[in-house]
Amino acid sequence: MHTFAELTIVFIILMDLALAVTGSLSSCIRLVALQGVVAGVLPLLAGHGAPHLRAVAFAAVIISLKGVIFPWLLMRARDRSGAGKDVEPLISYPASIMLCLGAFIASSWLGSRLPLPEANVAWIVPASLATIFTGFLLITTRRKAITQVLGYLVIENGIYIFGLALFVEQPMMVELAILLDVFVAVFVMGIAIFHISREFDHIDTAELSELSDWRRGEYGK
Amino acid sequence: MTQALLLLPLAAGLAAFLIRGDGARRTLLVWTARLHFLLAALVIYDAVSGGRVSALLPPAGEAVWFSFDSLGLLFLGVTSLLFLGASHYAVNYLASEKRDPGEDSDEGFIFNNAPEAVFTGCLLLFLSAMTAVTASRHMGLLWASVEATTLLSAPLIYFHRHKRSLEATWKYLLICSVGIALALMGNLFLGAAGLKSGAGLDLKALLLSAGALDKPLLKAAFLFLFVGYGTKMGIAPFHTWLPDAHSEAPAVVSALLSGALLNCAFLGILRVSAVCASAGLADFTGGIMVLFGLFSVVTAALFMLGQRDYKRLLAYSSIEHMGIMAMGAGLGGGAVFAALLGALSHSLAKAGLFFTSGMVLAAEKTKRIADVKGLWRRAPRTAALWLAGFFLITGTPPSGVFLAKFIILKEALALKHYWLAGTFLVFLAILFAGMARIFISMTFGERDAKPDEKPFEEQSGMLAPAAAFFVCVILAGLYLPDWLQSLLAGAAANVGGRP
Repeated sequence: MHTFAELTIVFIILMDLALAVTGSLSSCIRLVALQGVVAGVLPLLAGHGAPHLRAVAFAAVIISLKGVIFPWLLMRARDRSGAGKDVEPLISYPASIMLCLGAFIASSWLGSRLPLPEANVAWIVPASLATIFTGFLLITTRRKAITQVLGYLVIENGIYIFGLALFVEQPMMVELAILLDVFVAVFVMGIAIFHISREFDHIDTAELSELSDWRRGEYGK
Repeated sequence: MTQALLLLPLAAGLAAFLIRGDGARRTLLVWTARLHFLLAALVIYDAVSGGRVSALLPPAGEAVWFSFDSLGLLFLGVTSLLFLGASHYAVNYLASEKRDPGEDSDEGFIFNNAPEAVFTGCLLLFLSAMTAVTASRHMGLLWASVEATTLLSAPLIYFHRHKRSLEATWKYLLICSVGIALALMGNLFLGAAGLKSGAGLDLKALLLSAGALDKPLLKAAFLFLFVGYGTKMGIAPFHTWLPDAHSEAPAVVSALLSGALLNCAFLGILRVSAVCASAGLADFTGGIMVLFGLFSVVTAALFMLGQRDYKRLLAYSSIEHMGIMAMGAGLGGGAVFAALLGALSHSLAKAGLFFTSGMVLAAEKTKRIADVKGLWRRAPRTAALWLAGFFLITGTPPSGVFLAKFIILKEALALKHYWLAGTFLVFLAILFAGMARIFISMTFGERDAKPDEKPFEEQSGMLAPAAAFFVCVILAGLYLPDWLQSLLAGAAANVGGRP
C-alpha cells in the first residue's frame, strides 16, 4: 500500500513543477483540480488495512469538491470574464521553475529539521511544504486574478497534505466546516473576478493599484 | 441560550435574502440586533451575577463546540452592543442611500449599490459568524468561524459598486484568506503538539494538558497562528488590506470591521497564547506580541502623519490600537486587564468615529482631509461628535482608552522595560499631535464659500449611536461597575491560561 502512497507523493511534487511552467490557464485549472483529487485519495492509500467508511465518505466529498465543482466554477469565471488563454506570469517560466526547485530543496531541508512525529509516508512533509510554496509563487508572480485563486487552492492542498503528515485528525464537523469555508471562498472570489472583469475590462491584478497612501488623493482632480 | 445566540442572526440573515420589502427587512435587522443584544446581556448577567462563569463551561472531559468563558462573554458583549448601534445607523443609512443614488465623492461618477437584501443578509450572517468566534471552544471551529467572517464581510465592503471598492474587496479577500490559511497550518502544529497527550484541538483539553504539549511544535503553532490571525487583526506588517477596506466600505461596515471583527481575530491570538502561557511559554509569546505590537504603533504613527483621507486615518488609528492591545496582552499581569479594557473602549470609540465619518462624508461629499474645513458651520452636531471622538480615541482623560494606555505604560515601567515605555510614549505623542492637526483643521478651519451648497440636514437617528457609544467610553474611564470589573478580571485570567 505504501508504495502507492509514495508514488502519489512524487506525483504531487511533479504537479507543483508543472504548475510553475504551464502557460495555459485551463491546464492550470485542471492541474490544480487533479492535485486536489490526488491529495483527497492519499489518506485512503496511506492508512493501514481497509479504509474506514468515514474516511471514504470524506474523500468522496473532497474529490467532488476539488475535482468537479472548483474547476467548473473557475472555468466559468474564466469564460465569463473573457480572461484569455494565457497565464501571463510576471517572471519568466525558467525563473518560475528555478524558484519552485529551490523551494523544494528548502522544503526537504526544513522537513528534516522540523521536530515532527515520524511520518509513515516518505517525503510527505517536504511535498506538502513545496506545494504551499508553489501556491505562494502562483499568487505573487502571476498577473490574473484567477491564478491568485488557483494559488490559494494550491496552498490549501499543501496544508491538507501537511495535516495528513502530522496525523492531526480533526472531528468531522470541523473538517466539513473548513471545506465549506474553502468552497464559499472560491465561490465569492469567482463572483469578485466576474465583477472585476466587468468593471475594469480586464482581470489583471497588477493594475489594481489605485488605493495606496502616497499616490492617493490626486484622482479625478 | 448559546444556540439561540448563534441561530437567531443566522435564521434572520437567511430570511433577509428572501424578504422583498425594504421596510420589513430593515425592521428585521433592527429587531434581530435588539434581541441578540438582549440575549447576550442575559447570558452575561446570568454568568456574572452568580459568579457562575465557570458553570457555563462544560465539565472536564466533555467536548462541547460552543460555550462561553469570561473572555468569550466579554467579546460577545462588545460585538452585540456594537451591532445594536450599527443596525440603527444602518437602517437610516440605507434609507438615505435609496433616496439619492450614489455619486462617487472623489471622482464624480455614478455607481449602483449592491441589492439591499444582500447587504442586510450578509450583515446578519456576519453577526452570526462573529458570535461563533466568541463562543468557539475548539481551535478548528474557531478557525472556520474566523474565515467565515472574512467571506461574509467581503460583500459588505463591495456595497458601493465601483472600481476602488472592488479593488479593496479583492485585496481583503485574498490577503485575509491566505493569512488565515497560515493560521490553519498553526492549528495543525497545535494538534501535532498534543498528539502524545491526546489533547486534540479542544480548548479546554489543551489548557488542562498544556504541560504535556511538545514545546517546539507549540512555538511553531503560535508563530503561524499569530501571523494568520494577526493578518486579520491588522498587526503591522501584515495590515496592508486594512486601510483600503476601511476607506472604501460604507461607514457602518467600517465600524463593524474595526470594532468587532478585529477583536475576533485578537481573540484567536489570545486563545493560543493562553495555551502557551499554561505550557510555560509566556515569555516567548509575550516577547513576540510586544515586539509586533510596538511595531504596529510605530507604523500607524508614521502613516498617519502624511494622511490625506480621513477614513484611512481612522483605519491607521485602528492599527495603532491593535498594536497597543497586543502589547498589553504580551506584557502580562495587569496589562492584560488593560488590553481588554482597551479592546472594549477602542471598539466603542472607533465605531462611533466611523459612524460620524459617514455623516462627514454625507455633509461634505469628500473623503479628502484638505477639502473639509469648518465642519462646525455646516453640521454642528456632527462636528461636535467628530471632535469628541478624536479626544476619546487618542486617550484624553476621562476615556476608557486613556485608562488602558496608562495602565499598559505603568506595567511596562514596573517591568523595567524603559526603552519600550519611552518609545511607546514618544509615538503616542506623535499620533496625538498628528491627529489633532487634522481633526482641528477639519472642524474649525476657514470654510471655503460654496454658494450653491444646499443646507445639510443632520439625522438624529444616525448621530445617536455614536453619541451613545462615546458616553459609554467616558463612563468606562470614570467608573467600572463591579460586574464589568469582574468580567474583565475573569477574561484576563482566561488569557493567563485559566480554563
